[in-house]
Order: sequence, then structure tokens, then C-alpha cells
Amino acid sequence: MSLTPTVRVSLLFFAIALASLAVADIAITTANPWRDLGRFFMGLATPDFFSTDSLGTAILRTVAFAFTGVALGSLSGFILALVYRFRLVRTLCAFIRAIHELFWALIFLQFFGFHPLTGVLAIAIPYAGIFAKVYSEILDEADPEPRRLLPLGTGVISAFLYARIPDCWDQIRTYTAYRLECGLRSSAILGFVGLPTIGFYLESSFSQSHYSEAGALLILFYVLIATMPWWLRPKLLPLYVGAAPFFLGDGLPIVWGNVTRFFTEDIVPSPIRNDEGLSGLAAWFSDLMVNEALPGIWNTVILTQIALVFTGLLALLAFPLISQHFGGPVRRASGNLFLVIARSTPEYILAYILLQLWGPSMLPAVVALALHNGGIIGHLIGRQSSGIKLRADASHGVNRYAFELVPRVYRSFLAFLFYRWEIIMRETAILGILGIATLGFYIDSAIQEIRFDRAMVLILITALLNIGIDALSRYIRRKLALQTMPTC
Amino acid sequence: MSALQLKDTSAAFKGKRVLGPLSLSVGKGEKIALVGGSGAGKSTLIRLLYQHAQGRVALVPQDLGLVQSLSVFHNIFMGRLNEHPTWYNLATLVKPFQRERNDIGPWLEKLGMTEKQWTAVASLSGGQRQRVAVARALYSHAPVLLADEPVSALDGPLAHTVMGLLTDSFETSVIALHDVQLALKYCNRIVGIAEGQIALDEARERLTETDILQLY
Repeated sequence: MSLTPTVRVSLLFFAIALASLAVADIAITTANPWRDLGRFFMGLATPDFFSTDSLGTAILRTVAFAFTGVALGSLSGFILALVYRFRLVRTLCAFIRAIHELFWALIFLQFFGFHPLTGVLAIAIPYAGIFAKVYSEILDEADPEPRRLLPLGTGVISAFLYARIPDCWDQIRTYTAYRLECGLRSSAILGFVGLPTIGFYLESSFSQSHYSEAGALLILFYVLIATMPWWLRPKLLPLYVGAAPFFLGDGLPIVWGNVTRFFTEDIVPSPIRNDEGLSGLAAWFSDLMVNEALPGIWNTVILTQIALVFTGLLALLAFPLISQHFGGPVRRASGNLFLVIARSTPEYILAYILLQLWGPSMLPAVVALALHNGGIIGHLIGRQSSGIKLRADASHGVNRYAFELVPRVYRSFLAFLFYRWEIIMRETAILGILGIATLGFYIDSAIQEIRFDRAMVLILITALLNIGIDALSRYIRRKLALQTMPTC
Repeated sequence: MSALQLKDTSAAFKGKRVLGPLSLSVGKGEKIALVGGSGAGKSTLIRLLYQHAQGRVALVPQDLGLVQSLSVFHNIFMGRLNEHPTWYNLATLVKPFQRERNDIGPWLEKLGMTEKQWTAVASLSGGQRQRVAVARALYSHAPVLLADEPVSALDGPLAHTVMGLLTDSFETSVIALHDVQLALKYCNRIVGIAEGQIALDEARERLTETDILQLY
């Protein structure tokens, strides 16, 4: 029997994941993982909303950083989208979006310190790169006919506002709102590097084993995201964006001397700083490559491939939970709740929680990445499967799943999965900060040791790896003729 | 003096010639009906005339070229976007001025679209959209009209109203039509297209319906 290209590619990725699993470090190292997990769920079941008065502040700061960062990113992204046809702009955007928000935060922390600008720019910069790409794709799809019909001598701006923007407006709005939800997640995890958002309070609750407090924070975060359709009104948007910068908190003042020193000394490779000549630089670079970059890349790739396949498996298993073709309203409602929680929780927070419970290995990272990304894809595929019309005498149960639904949704499933490949890799790198030996681990260690020159090279390598995976993913999607609109 | 002119011009699609080479001169004051079977090249000829036109020309293409998410009013206003400074157009996008409302109102009334003035084009029927594209051309005040089947989705009386408005309001017009009776009633020169060439070019007075039907 000959295999179709989609099946062949799926099997290839499955085999790569199995091989990776054989060499990966997956183990539960804590003495009592299940007791800790139980205590965590008890915390979620008995949330304590009044343990500290900082809960409100945590939510407020999270929202304020998200709004300010996303607004700035969307505005700059829009301007970049207008000149996106220039290769230089496209390369710049690909580069800035290949670096994760947390890495940007780690960089800015070194010279702006705990000033609100650090958090705002950490969101705004990578988001600008993403917005530029997606906005330009949306603008390109606008019907060109009205533009051709405009009377001679119509101004460029008038033409743009009448013949281009109205056609794209809905899509731009939907995508920006969607990105704002992502921004809330990004803002939340910035707390893990010390900014005053939810992550900061979550980390301190966990380290003191205050599980009820952590539970309250998580529940508040879910409520915040789930209620977005109610509080995120177009009319209120200017108010939110205008007010957000005033609720970022004061942080610490910027020491401008640090900014200068960062660019003129800290990030200059140490052999150049110490005049060790070319041979010194070569030795420095090869040491960095052999001892940090290559092991980091190896672990990042291995973890990414395992997480990618588990994400796919979870999505395929989870989509029937919300599909109209299975189960009753109760099962669909609980399925929806599970998928909402899975996709609303940032991978980083999931990984952090699981790491606390199971100890450091690749296992918590794989589970966290699979839960979050599988939740997103499962939700999209489930919704799509509900739109499929089955004939009245279609089979039931497992047969319906295997013969009627999976073959019909498989192509878009693969498209989504490959689309998220690069996102999973970006997250995998960042999870290193939690102690898993991916690239983020070496970057974080270099920063701890105040060796910013090494950190910057490693961040650069991470960005290039992401760009490479993105290109490979696009190549595979084009080869298999898979199409998808950006979702995150 | 001619208002529009083509000289040994041809059009190709995907490397294959679909029209011409042909020459056509449209004099000031002429109301030309382009007739011919579907696929004969009428639309291509309209496009070609538009591309080679000098000066202001109003175009009603077959696919209308409306901005779906803008209101009927704004789509019509776009016919004169060049006559105002950018800030004025921007303000009109937010809240139209009385002046333009007074100018556009009568056209809407004549076309029976007054109630739909603030409706987005996306939620209109095919015939209503066609009238919006016609209104945009009428409002533009261009001396020359190029229209490709501008009444194909309109029923009897309305088709006559629109044809009357179009031929009265423009000094010169070239209208592609498949309805031979309309062509003979509203135009003074008939140009027939067959297989990418001009197969007939006569003043209306010298033609009957049967002469034209031979083209099909």
C-alpha cells in the first residue's frame, strides 16, 4: 500500500520523536510527586482570594503591561507592514519576532533595570515583528479593484483609507484582539523574571507552598481571559490604552550609565575587550559553541520534536471533546472548559508548576508544551469538525472518529501543527530558564554570571534556529499544500 | 476631436491574444453600445479603453469594484475622492458633511436607494450593488463613461431608469450591453464585437434588431 505524502511526513516526525525520546532525559525526580500534585489541586479547589492585597495589583499590572505593550507593538507593526515589501524590513521583523518576550526582557533588564519600560518593550518589540507580518498579509489580500477605480489625483492616504483599510478592518481587529489575549499571557510570565505581573506573585506563592494563593491567582487569570469578550469593547479600547501606561507601577529608575556600559562594554566579546587578538576570539567562540551552544541546540531540538508530536497526539485525542459529532452537552461543556484552561495557561506557567511537582527533567516541559499547544489546536480542529455535515447513516463512535472525521480534518490539523512548530521551539528555548538544559538555560546562566557577551551570542543563535525552523515549516507546508491563517 | 481612441491595439491573456488588433475612435457626444456574445471581448475592450483614456473617465466594471465594508454613501463619495484634501476625506469617513449628503441624496432617490444610504454594501442584493456602482459613476462628474453591463442585474423599469440616467448624464459613453433593445433605445452608435474583432460599427438609425442578432 502506498502512503500519501501527509501520512509519510507524519510518520517521519513520529519516528524522529521516538528516537528523541530514547535519548531525552525524562524522569520524575521529586520524592513525592503525586502528593505535591494533590496539594496543588487542593489549592485550586480552595482558592484564597484574600491572603494578600497584592492579588488586585498583580492583575492590574498584568493587564497594564499587556495593553501598553500590545498597543505599541500593533502601532509599530502597522507602520512596518506598510513598508513590508522591502527585504530589509522583512528580515528585521523575522529577527525581532524570533526572540522570545522573556529573552527581550532579560536583555532590557540588564540596562533599564526594573523600569516599566523593560516590560513594555519586551512585549512591544517581538509583537511588532509579528503584527508587521500578519498585517501586511491581510492588507495584501484586500480587493485591488476599488483602488484601480479611484479618480485620478486621489491622495495616497485617502486612497488607503477608503479603498484598502475598510476591506481589511474586520480581520485586523479580530487578529489584534486575539493578540491582546496572547499579550496577557506574555505579560503574566514576565513576572517570572521580576516584573510586577502575575508570574511574580505566582512564583513567590509556590516557593512558600501557599497553594491556595497560587490557585486564586490562576483562577483570576482564567476569569480575566474568559471574560474578555465582555470587557473588551471597541468603544472602551481607547480608554484602556490611554489609561494602561499609568498603571505600570514605578519600578526602579533607569541608570543611564548602565545603558551606555551595556552597549560599549558588556556585550563586546571579552577577548576583544581584553585585546586578546583573533586567536583569543577564536578560542572564546569555539568554547562557547562546543560547551554551550551545541548542547543547547541539541536539547532544544530534541525537546521540540517530542513536544511537537505529543501536541499533535493530544490535539487529535482532545478535539472530539468539543465536536458536535460526539457526546452530549455536558461532555462538550466540560471538554470546552478543559481546552480553555489548557490553552489559556501559558506554557511557561504550566512548565513551572509541573517542574515544582516533578523535579527538573524534560518531562514537565513536554507535558506543558503539549497541553497548551494541544489545547489550542484541539479547540480549532474541534470547532472545524463541528461544521462537517455527516450523512444520516454515518457510523458511530470510534468508526465515526477514524473514518469520517479524522481524514477530513487531518490536513488542517497538520497545517496548524506545523504552524506552531516554530512557536513550540521558541517556547522550548525559553523553558531553559526553569532549569531544563535547552538554549535558554545557557543564556540564563551566562546572564547570572554577568557574561552578557556570551548571552547575546546564544540569543542570536536561538533566533537563527527559530528562523530556520520557520523556513523549514513553510517549506513543508508548501510541499504538502497546507494552508492556514495565523492563530498565535 | 475624439474623447477616446485606440489604434491597432490588442490585448493578451496568458500569452494568448484575446482582442484585436483593432482601432476605435469615440467622438465627443457619442453614446456607444458595445454588443456581442459572451466571451467575445466586450469586457476586455472596456478595460483597454479605460487604460488608454486621457483625462477623467468614470468606470463601472462588471465586478463593480465596491468596498464591501463601507456604506452606500461612502462608496458613492469615492467617485470624487480626488477633489478634497485628505483631512476632508478622513472626516467624511467618520461623519459625512451636509454638502456631500445634499449632493449624493438626489442620485440615491432617483435610483430608489435612499433607505439604504448607510447600509454596508456587503449586505445589499446584486441589483442594489449595481446601482451603487452606477451612482458612484454618476456622482463623479466625469465627462466620459465606460460601463460593462451596468444593468445586467436590474429588472425592466429599473434598467430603463438607469440607462436613461447614464446616457443623459455623460457627454460621451461606451456601454457594454447584452440587451439589444436597450442598446438601440439609448445609444446612437452600435459597435459589435465577435471573436476579438470589431464585426459591426454603425449609427443606430441604420440598424435593426435582426442586424445585431446575427452577431450572436
